Amino acid sequence: MGIEVLNNCIGCSKCVTVCPFEAISMVNRKAVIDLTKCTLCGSCVSVCPVKAIVITREVSKKDFSSYKDVWVFIEFLDDADPLKQGEIKKVSFELLSEGRKLADKLNQKLCAVVLSDINRGYENILKEYGVDKMYIVENKEMLPYDTDIYTTVIMALINKYKPSIFLFPATYKGRDLAPRVSANLYVGLTADCTGLDINNDGFLVQSRPAFGGNIMADILSPNLRPQMATVRPNVMKIVKNYKENVEIIKEEIKINPSIRKVKIVKRIKNPSTSSIKLENAEIIVSGGRGMKTKERFEILFELAKLLDGCVGASRAAVDSGFIDKKHQVGQSGTTVNPRLYLAFGISGAVQHIVGMKSSDRIIAINKDPNAPIFGVSHYAVIGDAYDIAKKLIEKLKEYKG
Amino acid sequence: MKNIFVCIKQVPDSTEVKINPKTGTLIRQGVPAILNPYDHFAVVCALKLKEKNPQVSISVISMGPPQAKSVIQLALALGCDKGYLLSDAAFAGSDTWATSYALSMAIKKIAKPDLIVCGMQAIDGDTAQVGPGIAAQLEIPQITFCDEIELDNNKLIAKKHIDDGYDIVESPLPCVVTMSMPKDFELPFPSFVDIAEASLKEINILNAKDIGADENLIGLKGSPTQVSRIYPPQKEVKTVYVKSSPLEAVEKIIEIMKNENFIR
Repeated sequence: MGIEVLNNCIGCSKCVTVCPFEAISMVNRKAVIDLTKCTLCGSCVSVCPVKAIVITREVSKKDFSSYKDVWVFIEFLDDADPLKQGEIKKVSFELLSEGRKLADKLNQKLCAVVLSDINRGYENILKEYGVDKMYIVENKEMLPYDTDIYTTVIMALINKYKPSIFLFPATYKGRDLAPRVSANLYVGLTADCTGLDINNDGFLVQSRPAFGGNIMADILSPNLRPQMATVRPNVMKIVKNYKENVEIIKEEIKINPSIRKVKIVKRIKNPSTSSIKLENAEIIVSGGRGMKTKERFEILFELAKLLDGCVGASRAAVDSGFIDKKHQVGQSGTTVNPRLYLAFGISGAVQHIVGMKSSDRIIAINKDPNAPIFGVSHYAVIGDAYDIAKKLIEKLKEYKG
Repeated sequence: MKNIFVCIKQVPDSTEVKINPKTGTLIRQGVPAILNPYDHFAVVCALKLKEKNPQVSISVISMGPPQAKSVIQLALALGCDKGYLLSDAAFAGSDTWATSYALSMAIKKIAKPDLIVCGMQAIDGDTAQVGPGIAAQLEIPQITFCDEIELDNNKLIAKKHIDDGYDIVESPLPCVVTMSMPKDFELPFPSFVDIAEASLKEINILNAKDIGADENLIGLKGSPTQVSRIYPPQKEVKTVYVKSSPLEAVEKIIEIMKNENFIR
């Protein structure tokens, strides 16, 4: 990796003003780059009118001993209800819980990275999840989220503090940010991991499904640091781990607002979906093609109501027109991990199974004793899905009534 | 003239992929190869831009083995102007980083891009990393996970997914945009006449040298990530079978739910 100013520099100083790290100065009307400050973020390259700044990103065999600690990007809500503005997303706690395990195995620290517009006092919440250290960047430019601004800040933190592992949530934001950062840094990034571990060499083993969940792959990024991964929400279990003392590092990073190129013109909130919050549901009553018809499928709503749960569905049920796609659980729908998952007449295509198998308790009802869903179920009830759902409703009413 | 690039990939139809239960390996034989649906949608979106802005030339570009020509042919038959296939043994084993690098080198070589449209992810890998990777390599803005795009002079307007809805955003050109797909979108396929006509269009095959790629940054050698192991999804639970009459089964379910505090 390297950055070079060519002889055709006209000394216009545009790069000087745009550099977020004050790494460029004008010497004899030519740009000179201070390599101790430069993070190769490329802000200067994009404003240079004569293309006089060139960044080359090459392989370098670095010594990794200076790279340590497990970092987690903390995501909070900035796009929903103003009342919920700043609320830390559940996936952040999942990542911290998993990160804690990795940090313990490496005997290193677990660090939370918080980029926020104002001081939101997150330390009081995060210390319940085993965080040793927090890196906080507070700047009004952090809202609304912008790829270039976040990339610049994250790269500055990485280059200064050198984490060994950096986990991001596999959300819209995380999947936008992490690949941009890893591409700039030339480091490995594994998408949408469902399992993480440390191997005997101390490398991060990143497990993820491929081919629509038909197969699992373990991925390593052995030659570069940090090892980056995005982690699928609702897969990792949340484990609380109280820390009395959290070290807080507030990092001042100057951000030139002109880095922001993409402007939000309008924000459209989804129509109220209060009835469906599959990803946070404690109990899910899910149905598949085995429910046979739309009318029969609808009794699952009654059952879900009795159990205070949500209705889910397999892709087959959605494709058969029994229910709207927003209820779909699985690879191309929502990944869920409720305390209880009831599967009525779902055969269990792999795409479905990857989206629900981490549920705490799975009870499946299917006519076919060989249905693949039984392979991940704690209880396999062999019988007609509709018949059992109907009888279950009656019994529950009796029990409650 | 505006140069739009659409990056596409040929993928196995994952809904057809089966596992050999004995060996736990993928049975690839007989699995149809298709144009990745998100890329297919990206092609459709680029063509819509061309309809409204005749001063647009659309180049489709793919990296893959020679047989990946077929998805480029499909895009040409749908109305794209030029096709490029990056095909070279040196590209083999490229991860998302190396793929982004190769595609961005090729784009730079072919023409100054105004807009690059990608599918948000390919259904065989589901990474969603190549689009942002190309944007990073070209040092231009990115807009990810979009359902709709529109050109407005030198700006791109996009409808982009966020957690609880959409943002309508605008970006200066050039930029990279990645397309998700609205629910129930029916992907169009070309007529036989269009296919026949498109088959006369030449597809340019480019190797690593043609695009001026650094051999240390492509293929397995240039890929920061390495696949260390592939295995079938594991079965982790012990299943208790309930084979009694429906009524007894229901009693059993209620008992489980009571014992585990799902009902009070």
